[in-house]
Amino acid sequence: MEPSVATPPPGRPPAAPPRGKAPTGAVEGSATWSVLDRLGLAFCWALGLLFCAIAVAIVVYLFLQGVKFLKLDQLTTPAATGFSETQTGGFSDALVGTLIVATMGIALALPTGIAIAVWLVEYGRPAALARVTELTIEAIAGIPSIVLALFGTVIFSSTALGFLSRSNEGVVFGRSFFAAAAMLSLVALPLVVASTRQGLESIPRHVREASYAVGKTKAATVRRILLPTARPQVATGMILGLGRIIGDTAIILVLLGATQNFAPVEGAVFPFDYLRGAGTTLTNFVYEASPTGNLNQPQKAYAAAFVLLLMVLGLNAAADLVHRRARKAGTWSH
Amino acid sequence: MESLSAPPPIRRLDPQDPPPAREVGPGATTNGNGGAAPARGGFTAAKRRVAAPRFSIRRMEVDEVSIHYGAKAAVKGVSLPIRQGEVLALIGPSGCGKTTLLRSLNRLTELTAAARLSGSIRLDDVDIRLIEPTLLRRRVTMVFQQPNPFPMSVFDNIAYVLREQGSRRTKKKALAPRVHSALQRAGLFEEVKDNLSHPALKLSGGQQQRLCIARALAAEPEVLLLDEPCSALDPQSTAVIEDLIVKLRDDVAVVIVTHNLQQAYRIADHVAFMYLGDLVEYNSATRLFNAPAEERTREYVSGAFG
Repeated sequence: MEPSVATPPPGRPPAAPPRGKAPTGAVEGSATWSVLDRLGLAFCWALGLLFCAIAVAIVVYLFLQGVKFLKLDQLTTPAATGFSETQTGGFSDALVGTLIVATMGIALALPTGIAIAVWLVEYGRPAALARVTELTIEAIAGIPSIVLALFGTVIFSSTALGFLSRSNEGVVFGRSFFAAAAMLSLVALPLVVASTRQGLESIPRHVREASYAVGKTKAATVRRILLPTARPQVATGMILGLGRIIGDTAIILVLLGATQNFAPVEGAVFPFDYLRGAGTTLTNFVYEASPTGNLNQPQKAYAAAFVLLLMVLGLNAAADLVHRRARKAGTWSH
Repeated sequence: MESLSAPPPIRRLDPQDPPPAREVGPGATTNGNGGAAPARGGFTAAKRRVAAPRFSIRRMEVDEVSIHYGAKAAVKGVSLPIRQGEVLALIGPSGCGKTTLLRSLNRLTELTAAARLSGSIRLDDVDIRLIEPTLLRRRVTMVFQQPNPFPMSVFDNIAYVLREQGSRRTKKKALAPRVHSALQRAGLFEEVKDNLSHPALKLSGGQQQRLCIARALAAEPEVLLLDEPCSALDPQSTAVIEDLIVKLRDDVAVVIVTHNLQQAYRIADHVAFMYLGDLVEYNSATRLFNAPAEERTREYVSGAFG
């Protein structure tokens, strides 16, 4: 390929490319900038490097601590009461608990979120209802999860919803995997909606019209053209949502009971005995095992945090894979 | 959109320049160059690719159609016939309503909530408002300005049109003959026959546009609408598509909106010149370009405004 060289001003012969090194083309240098601009540039660089350093420090530190303190049997043994670190077991219940709330939460949030986004972008009539829906989603996104948790206790302690948690002689406990997952899905919902909307909105209008113009209905177009095209953004929304769900502590503390172990409801059919009962997750375990918590075993807290970090990194890698696949399929030229 | 032996492009005059004073008629050079007459130029030099139509059957009838967006009239009382066996070109400056008129032919304008249509458009003597839109749009299909294959394989792009709405039940094998024939009609089959499972968006721009034409043909329409199909393409792809359009005119009635007057002259049998929503002149291509009946047509085709 020919190197791109800026056209020299008339009357001057083109500068010969420096020998030895292949010319890389004309690049604007900051040497000609004013002092203020150069200070600004330096500030940007400094901030950028700072944030990179912070991120790297967290990951590296957790990685080192994790490798040091994580033992494989911690992943398979539940927590137990005991007087020394060796007696108190691992955090298998918390790990499984995290997987359960993540699965249940996203199973609720993903279809709902996609449906809301499709309705907002492709239908959106009447406009007033669309606006209200939009505002509601924004409001949910803005509510702190501890407030959602409190609200959840009100709902799930009602007698009508007693079948979703432990209830004893008409008194509904209101804390269960069902209750926690339902509220956690609200935490993930705005992210799924926003990301899916962005994906749908980035599809040019003429692509939809091309589908209508061969006699396809809106529903067929959404199902076969628009949603498959928006798949990477849907995946991003799902990953972000999952990240928020597995990272949430407030809702777990208030709505899952935050016990050390699973507390299945006796007499109920599997898996409902577990899902109706209280439990714990990794975030809750990290909190309990940290110096502020009841357990106060920081080494186990690091081990659990490391597992949490691995899960999030894994999710990001998965999202990246979906994006890369989509890039391979190509996109419209503008 | 110049092919190999193409004439110079139409040039716009500066507002200060006097309008071309020369007589416009058969044999005259109307190159819009404001007087400096080169040896060749204008439409007489542009090659007509088309032989005269062998037949023409009236398929659609646009009758006193007006289209309003809110209070603004985009199309004002236009009447035209659309015939199979012929290519009809709609020309005119930007915002003259030609694309709106084209989109109203398969009721795509209805997707814009504010659009109101009066008058009537008939397809084989049936008012199109009486035809269910999804059925109408299979009989009157459309190709857009930007090549827009769906983000799936070449095969699936055509198969999507052949299948019932969102269904995927019909087996690929059963669809293959119809997919191949659609690609053949669009002159694309030879180029893609070994790569039918490749993503359509990885084709070249010209191939993508022919795939879009194949897609539009797969529904076996009576009328094919083309909205500036070559404006995003290079001259060579344009030439290929122009040849294709001319070949198609015997099977489907072709309506093309174009900004490229040379293109209209090369491929159209009839040309409608629109200006500010009015149909100024509807005439055979040769007459409209070489001996326009209206002063405004003459000014436009000689490049005086636009």
